Amino acid sequence: MSKIIKVGMADANVCVAPDAITTLGLGSCVGIVLYDPVGKIAGLAHIMLPDSTKIFNNSNKYKFADTAIDLLIVDMLKIGANRYNLVAKIAGGAQMFNFGSSSEMMRIGERNVEATKEKLAQLGIKLLAEDTGANYGRTIEFYPETGLLHVKAVGRALKII
Amino acid sequence: MSDLDLNKISNMQYDVLREIGNIGAGNATTALSQLLNCRIDMKVPKVDLLEFKELSDIVGGAERPVVGILFTLEKDIDGMMMFMMDMSASRYLVNMLLGNSQPERVSDDCGFSELELSALSEIGNIIAGAYLSSLSSLTNMTITSSIPYMAIDMAGAILSVPAIEFGKIGDKALLIETEFGDIDKTVNGYFILIPTLNSYTAILNSLGL
Repeated sequence: MSKIIKVGMADANVCVAPDAITTLGLGSCVGIVLYDPVGKIAGLAHIMLPDSTKIFNNSNKYKFADTAIDLLIVDMLKIGANRYNLVAKIAGGAQMFNFGSSSEMMRIGERNVEATKEKLAQLGIKLLAEDTGANYGRTIEFYPETGLLHVKAVGRALKII
Repeated sequence: MSDLDLNKISNMQYDVLREIGNIGAGNATTALSQLLNCRIDMKVPKVDLLEFKELSDIVGGAERPVVGILFTLEKDIDGMMMFMMDMSASRYLVNMLLGNSQPERVSDDCGFSELELSALSEIGNIIAGAYLSSLSSLTNMTITSSIPYMAIDMAGAILSVPAIEFGKIGDKALLIETEFGDIDKTVNGYFILIPTLNSYTAILNSLGL
């Protein structure tokens, strides 16, 4: 029996095929899927903020793009993933409200996506696909069996990347 | 510099925040009642300190479509104010306000017309205005709010915006939830007041705590 593992905001988890992993209602947050296609092992982090070094209260490492990716890799290695097989798919980083301003707070989704990509590039993890930006929330499900990321949104067709 | 830690908030401070929610939501409910010209009751506000992963459960699940109206706050209190309703409540309020002929019509999709969206935004504006002006006179602080920003989407996605603001100061979100409704049909609304950490201190100081 396969099950679907749920990941909350500022949290992360791992799964092995045939199980799947999901996170619901991504807004400006970014869902980062790391995947080992050989071992069919996946990890998913739901990050809220781009940079742990800019925030003084950073006890939850899964909250930030940079530290969440580091930790997620460690979690995946523990269940047998190979560091050098890892590839990534990301979704989210929307701008939920049309603030029409370029202030720091308003661009948070965009900055989350930028920080995620930067961190992945730094670690040499290839970004295979993304569904980011725009102004709507997303629910994502990742199936390590197929390596496909299902992206659902209110009033939109299912997108598979 | 602020010395307030959300995890170490005292019972006294908790009660004060609950009372702020009570007064704010009470005025907001009165405003709504006058706007719709019918009786609207409200329940006792709940003040919750929630972890981010629990946050979207309060509105019945992260994927549930809701209408969210957000205001940014400035001057003596910085932060955000959010007013959230589920789709059926929004539809109900719009129908009551515009006097639509089929008030029982409840649509679960985003089927609002331009006029209805504008009406919703105005409902949010009036309600938030009442909430904030009562908070302002209680604390004797100046609060200015932005124009209403509206989004209709999954609750989790909309809540991520204020959650991120909380994320900058800690690992939990402080939420003041108030339910209101008329006699026949309860419509659910959520007020979420999100001052910055410094503003929490300012609010508590202004009340002599």
